[in-house]
Amino acid sequence: MEQRRTIVIDPVTRIEGHSKITLHLDDQGRVEDARFHVTQFRGFEKFCEGRPFSEMPSLMARICGICPVSHLIASAKACDALLAVRIPPTADKLRRIFNLAQVVQSHALSLFHLSSPDLLLGMDADPAKSNLVGVLEKDPALARDGIELRKFGQQIIERLGGKRIHPAWVVPGGVSEPLSGADRDAILESVPEALAIALRTMEWFKGTMERFREEIATFGNFPTLFMGIVKKDGGLTFYDGDIRITDASVKVVADGLDPARYFDYIGEKVESWSYLKSAYYKPRGFPDGIYRVGPLARLNVADRCGTPRADQELAEFHELQRTAVLSSFHYHHARLIEILYCIERMEQLLTHAEILDKHVRAIARHNALEGVGVAEAPRGTLFHHYKIDEQGLVRWANLIIATGQNNLAMNRSVLQVAKHFVHGDRLTPGALNRVEAVIRAYDPCLSCSTHALGQMALRIQLLSPIGEVLDEVVRS
Amino acid sequence: MTLAAAVKTLKIDGRDCSARPDETILDVARENKIFIPRMCQLEGLSTVGACRLCLVEVKGSNKLLPSCVTHVEEGMEVTTTSERLDQYRKMIVELMFTERNHICSVCVSNGHCELQTMAQKLDITHVRFPYRYPQAEVDASHDRFVIDHNRCILCTRCVRVCDEIEGAHTLDIMGRGIESRVITDLNQPWGSSETCTGCGKCVQVCPTGALVEQGRSVAEMEKRRNFLPYLTLMRGEHE
Repeated sequence: MEQRRTIVIDPVTRIEGHSKITLHLDDQGRVEDARFHVTQFRGFEKFCEGRPFSEMPSLMARICGICPVSHLIASAKACDALLAVRIPPTADKLRRIFNLAQVVQSHALSLFHLSSPDLLLGMDADPAKSNLVGVLEKDPALARDGIELRKFGQQIIERLGGKRIHPAWVVPGGVSEPLSGADRDAILESVPEALAIALRTMEWFKGTMERFREEIATFGNFPTLFMGIVKKDGGLTFYDGDIRITDASVKVVADGLDPARYFDYIGEKVESWSYLKSAYYKPRGFPDGIYRVGPLARLNVADRCGTPRADQELAEFHELQRTAVLSSFHYHHARLIEILYCIERMEQLLTHAEILDKHVRAIARHNALEGVGVAEAPRGTLFHHYKIDEQGLVRWANLIIATGQNNLAMNRSVLQVAKHFVHGDRLTPGALNRVEAVIRAYDPCLSCSTHALGQMALRIQLLSPIGEVLDEVVRS
Repeated sequence: MTLAAAVKTLKIDGRDCSARPDETILDVARENKIFIPRMCQLEGLSTVGACRLCLVEVKGSNKLLPSCVTHVEEGMEVTTTSERLDQYRKMIVELMFTERNHICSVCVSNGHCELQTMAQKLDITHVRFPYRYPQAEVDASHDRFVIDHNRCILCTRCVRVCDEIEGAHTLDIMGRGIESRVITDLNQPWGSSETCTGCGKCVQVCPTGALVEQGRSVAEMEKRRNFLPYLTLMRGEHE
C-alpha cells in the first residue's frame, strides 16, 4: 500500500490570525507539497453594504487591530474619490505621518515581538522560551528597544488620532482635527531616540545574519515578480503613487500603472482549502503571475528611499543578492530599513511650514459613484474599492489585502523550507519552527486578509492517507 | 385657593420636596437634583411614558409608576433607586439593544449617544437576551439628513418635536409593537417628503445615531439640544 502521509501544523503560532500548514509527504517520507491554509472568515465586504460611505473608513478599520490605520487611509482615499475632491495639503501630510507611524509600530511588532525570538535565540531554541519573555531574559536591552519603538509609533497615532487603536480621525475629505503645536513638538522630541533604536537594531540584525545562511538560502528564495507603489520619480512611498512591477532581475515589467485600474492587471484565485484568495499578475496568468508585496517588494521596486540614512542602508541591501533581493528572510532587513525611512520622513513632514494649518478637511457630498483607494500598508499594497448608489450608500465593496497578494509566495516558501528541513514522518522542533518562521517573515495579517485573533496554541497532526491520526503533538 | 394649598409636599428618596400640583414626579426630582433615568422624555416636549426607564416605586402602590407622566400627590413617598428598579431598568436598556442593530464602535454617535451613556450609567456590561438582528434600512434620500432604522429606539422624540415645535408633523410611527417604524409622510423616502421643512430639530433631539446629518463619520455626530427649552420658553412668553 502506498504510504502517503500528511503533517498538519495547526494553528501556526506567533503570527496575526488563524492558520494551519499541511505538509504532504510521498512514500519515501519526503515533502512533496505544502499548503498554508487560512482558516478564518470575516466578511467585511458583505456587511458594509447599505451603510453610508462616510462611515466606511472607521468601519473598515475594524478589520484589524494591528494596522487599522492602513485601512483608514486606503478607505478614506477611496471615499475622497467618491467625493471627487482634492484634500487640503496639510491633511495629506498629516495622513502620511499617520501612515508612517503605523508602519513603524507594525514593523516593530513583527520584528521584535514575533520574530526576534527566532533571530536572537535561534531557530532551534526551546519552544517554551521562544517568545518575547525569552528575549527579555537573554537580551533585555533589545526587548526594551522593541517595546519602545512600537510605543513611539503608537504614541504618534494617539497624538494625531486621539487613540492608539481604531482612531476615527481620518475621514473622507481629509482628517477631522488639525495637529496642535504642542503635539508636533512632543513627537519631534521623541524622534532622536527612535532613530537611535532603529540604527542600533540594524547593526544588531546585520551581525546576526551570518548565523542564518541556511535559512536565507531556503526561506522563499526564488524568483517572483515584486509589486509596490512608487512616486513619480521612482522613490519609495507609502501613501500615493503609481504601481510598479519588477522581476527577479530588477527589470521593470510594468510601470506607471493606475492603481485605480487594479482589476486590469491583478487577478484573484479562490482555492477550496483556504479562505485566503491568491492574487496574481494577470498578464502572466495563474500561477506564473506570482508576485510579492510588502517591505521586500517595496525596496526591490523603488529606485531610492529619499531620506539619507535609509538610502545608505538601501544601497547595502541591494548588495545582498546579485539579482533582486529574492530571499523572503530579507523581509526582516527590509522592515528595518523602512522603519528608518519612516522616522526620517516623519521628521521632514513634521517640520514642514504648513503642518499646523487648520484647514484639514474638504467638505463635499458624493460626486462620483465609484472610488478606489490605494496605499502601502506595512505588509504591502492595500486596495479598497467601493461602489455607492445615488444616496451615498455602499452597494458593493472589494478589498485586496497585502497578505492575499503574498499567498502564492508564502505557499511556495513553506514548501521550500519543508523540503529542506523536514525529513521523515517526524517533525523536529527546529524544523517545525522554521516552517512557521518563513510565514512570520512575511508578517501575514490573516485578520485583514480574510476580511480574528485568539489562542495561539499549536497542534501538529500526522495523518494517514485515510485521515487516521498517526501522531499528534499539542503545545500550548 | 391659596398658594399654600396649591403646594403639594412629598418625599422622594426620604427627602422632603414641594411641588406645584401640575408637576410630575420626574419634574420634582429634577428640580431637587435627584437622578431618574429616562430616554423618551425630553424637556420642552410632551411626555408619552414610552420607554419606562423612569419607573419609580410609590408607597402604597404595588405597581411601578412612570415618573414622567405621574403627577405628584400630597404625602406621596417615592423611591427612585432600588434593586428591583435597577433590574428592570437594566433589562429595558438591554432589550433596546437587542431590538435593532446597535454597534457603538462604528456608529457616528459613538461617544455622544444617550443610549450608550445610559448603558454605562446603569453598569450594563453585557446583554443577556438574544439579539434580533432585524433587516433595517438606511434612508439617505434627504439632502441634509439620514435616518438609520438600525439605531432607532422608538422614543418618538423626533415625531413629537416635528409635530409640537416645528408644526410639520412629517414624522410618525407606522406598525405595531416590535414592528413599529418611524416614517416620513406616508411612508415614503425622506427626500421626497413635501411636508419636511428641513429644520433638523428631529436630528438634534434623537438620543442615538438614528437621525444624523449627512456626511458625518464615525463618532462625529454631536447633538445640540439646548435650543429646545429656550424655544418653548420664548414661545410661551410670546403667546
